[in-house]
Amino acid sequence: MKMSGAEMLLESLKREKVTHIFGYPGGVVLPVFDALYKDPSLQVILTRHEQGAVHAAEGYARSSNTVGVVLVTSGPGATNTLTGIADANMDSIPLVIITGQVPTKMIGNDAFQEADIIGMSRSCTKHNFLVRKITDLPRIIKEAFYIARSGRPGPVLIDFPKDIILEKADFVYPETVSIRSYNPTIQGNRWQIRKAAQTILKSRKPVLYAGGGIISSEAHKELLDLVTLTNIPTTLTLMGLGALPGNHPRFLGMLGMHGTYAANMAIHDADVLIAVGVRFDDRVTGKIAEFSPHSKVIHIDIDPTSIRKNFHVDVPIVGDARVILKDLIEELREISGGEDAFRHYQPWIEQISEWEKEHPLCYTFDKEVIKPQHVIEKIYQFTQGDCIISTDVGQHQMWTAQFFKFIKPNTWLTSGGLGTMGYGFPAAIGAQKAHPGKRVIAITGEGSFMMNIQEMATVVSLDLPVKIVILNNQYLGMVRQWQEFFYGSRYSSSFIGQSPDFVKLAEAFGMIGMRATRPEQVEDVILDGFSRRGPVLMEFQVDPEENVFPMVPAGGSNIEMIFESPGEKDDPKKRDSILTA
Amino acid sequence: MNPEIRVSDTRKHFIQIIVENRFGVLSRVAGLFSGRGFNIDSLSVAPGLDPSVSQMTIETQGDDHVVEQIIKQLNKLIDVIKVVNLSEFSFLTRETLLIRVNTNTRPGDREEAFRIVEIFRARIIDSSPATYTIEVTGDEDKIEAMLNFLKPLGIKEIIRTGKVAVAREDQKIGPKSAARLSDGDVNYHR
Ligand SMILES: Cc1ncc(C[n+]2csc(CCOP(=O)(O)OP(=O)(O)O)c2C)c(N)n1
Ligand SMILES: [Mg+2]
Repeated sequence: MKMSGAEMLLESLKREKVTHIFGYPGGVVLPVFDALYKDPSLQVILTRHEQGAVHAAEGYARSSNTVGVVLVTSGPGATNTLTGIADANMDSIPLVIITGQVPTKMIGNDAFQEADIIGMSRSCTKHNFLVRKITDLPRIIKEAFYIARSGRPGPVLIDFPKDIILEKADFVYPETVSIRSYNPTIQGNRWQIRKAAQTILKSRKPVLYAGGGIISSEAHKELLDLVTLTNIPTTLTLMGLGALPGNHPRFLGMLGMHGTYAANMAIHDADVLIAVGVRFDDRVTGKIAEFSPHSKVIHIDIDPTSIRKNFHVDVPIVGDARVILKDLIEELREISGGEDAFRHYQPWIEQISEWEKEHPLCYTFDKEVIKPQHVIEKIYQFTQGDCIISTDVGQHQMWTAQFFKFIKPNTWLTSGGLGTMGYGFPAAIGAQKAHPGKRVIAITGEGSFMMNIQEMATVVSLDLPVKIVILNNQYLGMVRQWQEFFYGSRYSSSFIGQSPDFVKLAEAFGMIGMRATRPEQVEDVILDGFSRRGPVLMEFQVDPEENVFPMVPAGGSNIEMIFESPGEKDDPKKRDSILTA
Repeated sequence: MNPEIRVSDTRKHFIQIIVENRFGVLSRVAGLFSGRGFNIDSLSVAPGLDPSVSQMTIETQGDDHVVEQIIKQLNKLIDVIKVVNLSEFSFLTRETLLIRVNTNTRPGDREEAFRIVEIFRARIIDSSPATYTIEVTGDEDKIEAMLNFLKPLGIKEIIRTGKVAVAREDQKIGPKSAARLSDGDVNYHR
């Protein structure tokens, strides 16, 4: 039976088990939307901006470990997706983005709504395809999904010209996929794994440093097994939160620029560093010459380019984190003879708990003004971690990473590599679509929220019960913090001041809005807001001048952590920090 | 125990790449070099023996660490089938030049040009009353030497193909040249 390109696309998506498409229509993709209209098995989530569609697909993908699918029109529709695609590329989120394109014969003619999206997206996709023949389409879609989800996951873009969308041909979907030039390594090298096991066993001060790769490869169970067997203290990157339960006794918290004192000290003093699914990002390492200077480094990653890109490695192992951790545990069991062989880490663990006591994460509670960290703690207490949290980018993101304990993988959605303001709210929409019964919370700042605020219309029209928490500090807070520390408190363009009335705005969009202006209202607003059925916006007017601590100045060594604002040393009121669990 | 990447000397490298003979592949490779700040000193591309692939020779520079990254990043491109760092082997390079020289500036120039062509086993492929157009193929030393001889005559124009390179026959080239750099961590199955 002959099918049009549009029909073939939908049929292929179904073969790839796609059920949801995040998208926005326009000229050249009208035939595809028309085919979707007639096909109830594929649900279209109409966002209010193409960037929102991509972030929503990211949230969908990350929260469910599936491929997120985006469909947009040519020209501006396509260019609007670029920030989201770059974000997914940095954070290894599997996406397939289908962009309409002007008819093949008009490509290159500056046709109406033409953009060279293949050229533009080349450096921010894992791969991209221009469909040039209708008969290539099924193979291209099959390959796109395979490339997006295998190896180190990432976004793949398919540019789909109008004439091919309309053309008819026989549909044959390939059963299997094989790309001679693409064969990601899964199994780790046996000898290297043995070497790693021996190195670990001989160490006295080992630290596990794990990241987003654990989430992508679903290696959380193996990570927990490894920690249970060896008792090795473990720190997680921003992207890795949830890979080990946040309340696990061996969990040191996040490391890096806003990492915990204990995590950064442990990394610095370690004699063996076991890095799994991480890429030694500069926000993690600080001054690289002083990062973990005494350790032998074992690095496990599926992407060979991540290994020795910017940091020396003694035992590199390329492959899938889950498969390798399994083998490593087996090897460790064999050569160690059981848990007793790891008892000699005890003094190290005691040293680390000293550090934990020395500088725990803390903030000064205030009776007059809401502290943002307090709001995060209350949300944790209320949910007990049983929810999906997304954030935008800035101070609120770091406070959430620090003060919320992520218990399970895939429950934490944040823009790590690109640091994209505007990511959080649409990502929550995608996560809610993937998990209709789950509580999904977008924690955002008044600056970031404005970058994709139009998506309020999406949640209202779809009646998605996403809960929005705005920590309104009237500033582009993270920018203000840097200006306070490094630019003599000259708050150039970081003061937002008067935001719109978010409560009224919520109501205007058709959702419930609530506000807390005083500390005693925080709990009530959380209780009330979270118990409502539909979408709710909760604005917390928080201390405008609160800072994120600890903080490693950019380019500084990770052990040069700052715990107070400039000039705060002499202020006795501010020095009585309360300790929090 | 040294956390930073050890820095070695910057050297010239010849990298041979086999890619799918497809639309846009050259820009993927070129874009990788520009986007990541790697050098390209010369680049040549042509279809391979098997018409479904293209062969590229890239002349680049960098220390061992940079070259390791170049090779890994090239391998990461989906359309790249095989990458070989020829500089790890014994290999030959050749480049072809088309050179237009003045032959009538001083008396005897035309004979001098002819003699140089003979010495370097080059060929005159076109001639006008005032110029010769010379074709020469050779390795870097030969080309350099010939250009030095021709310079006094006055070179009007040079067109170069860029270098191509091939490993010597007795050299075993596996697909895993990056593996050598990374003691066994890389297993490309290519
Ligand atoms: C799209 C984009 N533009 C600019 C920045 C730089 N930036 C990083 S954090 C930040 C401030 C964010 O403000 P807000 O959302 O209010 O969060 P806060 O830091 O106040 O919690 C800015 C401007 C960015 N990360 N992304
Ligand atoms: Mg703010």
